[in-house]
Amino acid sequence: MGKGFSYLIEIFTKYFLGFWAVFTGLLFPFVVFLILLYESKLAIQNFGIINFLTSTEWDPVRESFGALPMIVGTLISTLIAILLAAPISIGIAIFITELAPSWLKGIFTTTIELLAAIPSIIYGIWGFLVFAKYMREDIEPLLQKIFSPVPILSQLFSGNPTGIDVLTTSIVLSIMIIPFMSSVVKDAFNLVPSVMKESAYGLGATKWEVVKDVVIPYTASGIAGGLILSTGRALGETMAVTFLAGNVPQIPKSLLEPFTTITVALANQFTEADTPLYLSSLFYLSLFLFLISFGVLILAKLMILRIEKKWKK
Amino acid sequence: MEDKKVEIEVKSLNFYYGKDLALKNISMKVYHNKVTALIGPSGCGKTTFLRCLNRMHDLYVGNRYEGEIIFEGKNILDKKIDLIELRAKIGMVFQKPTPFPMSIFDNVAYGLKLKGIKGSELKDRVEAALKDAALWDEVKDRLKESAFSLSGGQQQRLCIARAIAVEPKVLLFDEPTSALDPISTAKIEDLIVELKKKITIVIVTHNMQQAARTSDYTAFMYLGELIEVGPTEKIFTNPDKKLTEDYITGRFG
Repeated sequence: MGKGFSYLIEIFTKYFLGFWAVFTGLLFPFVVFLILLYESKLAIQNFGIINFLTSTEWDPVRESFGALPMIVGTLISTLIAILLAAPISIGIAIFITELAPSWLKGIFTTTIELLAAIPSIIYGIWGFLVFAKYMREDIEPLLQKIFSPVPILSQLFSGNPTGIDVLTTSIVLSIMIIPFMSSVVKDAFNLVPSVMKESAYGLGATKWEVVKDVVIPYTASGIAGGLILSTGRALGETMAVTFLAGNVPQIPKSLLEPFTTITVALANQFTEADTPLYLSSLFYLSLFLFLISFGVLILAKLMILRIEKKWKK
Repeated sequence: MEDKKVEIEVKSLNFYYGKDLALKNISMKVYHNKVTALIGPSGCGKTTFLRCLNRMHDLYVGNRYEGEIIFEGKNILDKKIDLIELRAKIGMVFQKPTPFPMSIFDNVAYGLKLKGIKGSELKDRVEAALKDAALWDEVKDRLKESAFSLSGGQQQRLCIARAIAVEPKVLLFDEPTSALDPISTAKIEDLIVELKKKITIVIVTHNMQQAARTSDYTAFMYLGELIEVGPTEKIFTNPDKKLTEDYITGRFG
């Protein structure tokens, strides 16, 4: 015992935990990538890369598969969700860190975090049964009315309001990422040392001027990192989107048209894929989701590294 | 004694952090265009007292003042006082340099822009402030560079320039050299002596020599109380209280 035991513990920590860290951190994603690549082989041979990425046809019967509608749908719904969620999340973060009285801070932070704990399928059911109805009957007709005289916007809101479309999906997605995004932004705001803010107050700045000139510029890359991390979440979201997108493999011409995303296609079609080429095409599709998410995450890490570097200076 | 004009008069000030009484019945005068040093062991309330003078404590919840602080004929502890205006008149420099994430020029211009000053007047006043802070020659060719590119001592002088640009009546220094090397410290001390021609200065310091070198008056605080205040020479050579003498001579602290 004694010395020998602690030596064993040391060996254990060094090699065993080290192995797990390397395995989960480096090896695992790489293995997943290789499996996806291997399973996609048939589809890659059949459609190539450019063809698969640019073809808009997804026809299981004729076994002609193109990923463009799914990729476009994924990117558009994510982009709109981020654009909607960003100002609200930044506003929530400003409110919690700078404006709210201290007793409200705790309550507010907890409620926002609880939102994140709601399973996404609940959001999907709520969106499908409750929210889509309001969208179809009230909000979408209203938006059409408002934007009908405006040239480009009238195009965006043209079509028959169904409630199951790009707009509804993006709004529900944005609600889902707000808790996550606002808590990342809030953490970044809390990094600003209080003397920084005090120096601005010391010059006669108002609360708003302190937020605008000191807090936000100081945390700019942190905010950007938070936005991109949330993008990763929105990209991978499946259940809620499956309920709301309509699952029509087309490139939507307006925000009121049904569409599909990579995740929706995967969730709906894996059980139906009855030929090797069909299955392989779905794997090929998930390979692209993997690459997009991975790229977005790396971008976020770089942004966050930048802010940390600035702090250590 | 010479003719003295009172800039700030503190009358029976009590200060509470929540329920804790941090400052007990402090009364003292801060004289116009003189340097007043606050000394005392850690935790004695020097910084707490300093932050009462521009009501920096108001940024945090649960702090409470009692008593009066008279500045320009008004009690600044009054709830009706406009804090934005007060803090523009009573500026502050902190322990560590706190440059804003902007260029050197914009840092100094910040307070001026808040006041609505623009164009050539802005340029002139930034230049004047940088000259007063003895920084102009070092930065005049790199005004557009980030303030983070400066050394620690330069950053602190930049913060002083930023504070004096808005022409405050009083400038509060909270241990301004505690994070700096001896050469930068000497520069800041020279600067403080120079600045008192125009500005009333209150400085918190841990460094007894710094208080002796730079200040005209010294206040010794201990456990939230003001033990003794008087001309620096007297406090350092012939204090009235035994406690002051013990601290000055290094018997505790």
